[in-house]
Amino acid sequence: MNLLESMGVPVLNIGIFAAFVVITMFVIIRVTSGSNKKSASSFYTGGAQFSGTQNGFAIAGDYLSAASFLGIVGAIATAGYDGLLYSIGFLVAWLVALLLVAEPLRNTGKYTMADVLSFRMENRPVRLAAAISTLIISFFYLLAQMAGAGGLVSLLLGLDGELAQNIVIVIVGLLMIGYVLIGGMKGTTWVQMIKAVLLITGAGIMTVWVLAKFGFNLSSVMQQAMDANKAPKMIEPGIKYTDPIAFLSLSIALVLGTAGLPHVLMRFYTVPTAKEARKSVTWAIGLIGAFYLFTLVLGYGAAAIVTGGVTAIKKLPGGANASAPALAFNLPGGGTGGSIFLAVIAGVAFATILAVVAGLTITASASFSHDIYNSVLKGGKADPADEVRIARITVLVIGALAIFGGIFAKSMNIAFLVALAFAVAASANLPSILFSLYWRRFNTRGSIWSIYGGLISAIVLIVFSPAVSTPLGSAKPLASAMFPGASFAWFPYDNPAIVSVPVGFLLGILGTLSTGKKESEYPMKQAEMEVRSMTGAGAEGSIAH
Amino acid sequence: MTSSHEQKPGSSPSTHDQADLHTYDAERKLPASHNPLPALNDVGAQRPAIAEEAFMEVRESPEFVELRRRFRAFAFPMTAAFLIWYFAYVLLSVFAKAFMVQNIGLGNLNMGHALGLLQFATTFLITWLYLRHMTKNIDPLARDLRAKLEGGNK
Repeated sequence: MNLLESMGVPVLNIGIFAAFVVITMFVIIRVTSGSNKKSASSFYTGGAQFSGTQNGFAIAGDYLSAASFLGIVGAIATAGYDGLLYSIGFLVAWLVALLLVAEPLRNTGKYTMADVLSFRMENRPVRLAAAISTLIISFFYLLAQMAGAGGLVSLLLGLDGELAQNIVIVIVGLLMIGYVLIGGMKGTTWVQMIKAVLLITGAGIMTVWVLAKFGFNLSSVMQQAMDANKAPKMIEPGIKYTDPIAFLSLSIALVLGTAGLPHVLMRFYTVPTAKEARKSVTWAIGLIGAFYLFTLVLGYGAAAIVTGGVTAIKKLPGGANASAPALAFNLPGGGTGGSIFLAVIAGVAFATILAVVAGLTITASASFSHDIYNSVLKGGKADPADEVRIARITVLVIGALAIFGGIFAKSMNIAFLVALAFAVAASANLPSILFSLYWRRFNTRGSIWSIYGGLISAIVLIVFSPAVSTPLGSAKPLASAMFPGASFAWFPYDNPAIVSVPVGFLLGILGTLSTGKKESEYPMKQAEMEVRSMTGAGAEGSIAH
Repeated sequence: MTSSHEQKPGSSPSTHDQADLHTYDAERKLPASHNPLPALNDVGAQRPAIAEEAFMEVRESPEFVELRRRFRAFAFPMTAAFLIWYFAYVLLSVFAKAFMVQNIGLGNLNMGHALGLLQFATTFLITWLYLRHMTKNIDPLARDLRAKLEGGNK
């Protein structure tokens, strides 16, 4: 039985998606009409005027990408327990951001991660390194989302075939450029908030619905999932991850990557004070945690409820990623009700992709214009209006790159691209962020070694991993590799974090110590950074005026 | 000890070495609308700059040393604790399957699922503990120090 043909009405799906675009565009134009779009602060951080609660929703909207919604539900539906491990890593990672990074970062930076890393270092080399790593991470993350958009289309809009997918990637790219250029950070933040509410509400309704079918007993849902698919091992570890070290490596990337993701870090600048940044992260942890709890129910629910079970899901275009939409269609028992609910969930999935790509684009454009154009090329003397003009041009360039990259990457594995972005963030960014906030002696050479060392080791290991080509010495081609026909993979694990993260930290230490200086490089700046990061002096709305 | 950054507190900031590549100083000369740090909202433009020497002074003050101690005394051990707990869970999942699949009287929610849900619970708990610690032990001290720094230049 072809589930796809009996599932959903493309016109309805497209209609709901169009409604989302129209409504959010209207909101963006309303919220940005009064503000000064020429000011850099307004374009990059929405004037830093969002409340902690609003920003918390926006962080959740930024973070819960298509990989989270479709990917984790799919992973739990097909691999049961092993899928749950993914969501736990993604959630626990927020504690690193909350306890060590969010508030000090808000207190010491202005628009970008490089602001913080270069605060007490030689500005140009460190800023350039931080900006390069920001651009690379954002680009991989962006590719993953664009690839996801293309893949989703065939399932949700009934547009099968290469050309239709390419057209949708172009539309997503153009919409993203539109959101960012018209709305800046303020508009983007509103899109993310709206999307977070839709996504969490949608997932929440589905969760209650699934549980209601089984007398609100999760154990019964799991029982049905095991029975329907004759998969009693589903609730045990080991279906998806068979190599312990490979899984440990992935876990390191997940838990340490979040606090180094540039688009997450930039979200700490859209609030006026460190206290609001704290509140944002608290909200984000609550929302993201609740959402991942929903995915546990939805994953087992999809395996239990979808007609034909996991076998039928895997045959859908998009494979395991189609679990959540397939569940949406089957929950009301298919038919008209199923089509309508599927259309709503499909619209939410598209909204998810749009909001995330907009957030990534604004981060990458801020990094290019603020760090590379203004600070490195113009010595920090560029006119703010010029900086914003460059940022806008960068948005167009990144949009074009994302469209072409997305068309090229649409057959690539989304989870692989996202895990890659996390691994690079954990290896290249996190060590320098932590050292520059908490280690007095950390200096320019340490930063440079750590950023480039983490970046290069992560990327080199990925290139020579089984995710890219068939392992050396393997008798038959590895079908899951990007180039199964080629064989040059000498690194045994898909994710490089187990090596590249220690490399990033170690090089930071070695580079710093190799200068032989016992003191910090710029003691005055170091003192200023330390005091600012802890007290927020000079960084918040002034007191007692 | 030759860099301009290392001058003793009290010397004039105007003697800064102009050749210094650190653009922080260049940024200081930008229009008020482009204040180096904070100034993200409009109030920022009216705020007086804080002299660099003041930061050095504050950092050596007993109040700041206490603030930093309190912050790190919570954040560092807690980070170590949740990372150990997370990796213990990951390692148990891959190396101790027999332990993770045992029935603990919750139906199909075996030990692995229970510990996984416990990871969610501890994440929420640590978030709450952090909020409580910051509000009670950090915020008042930080507020005093900030007032001292920002008020000192009026």
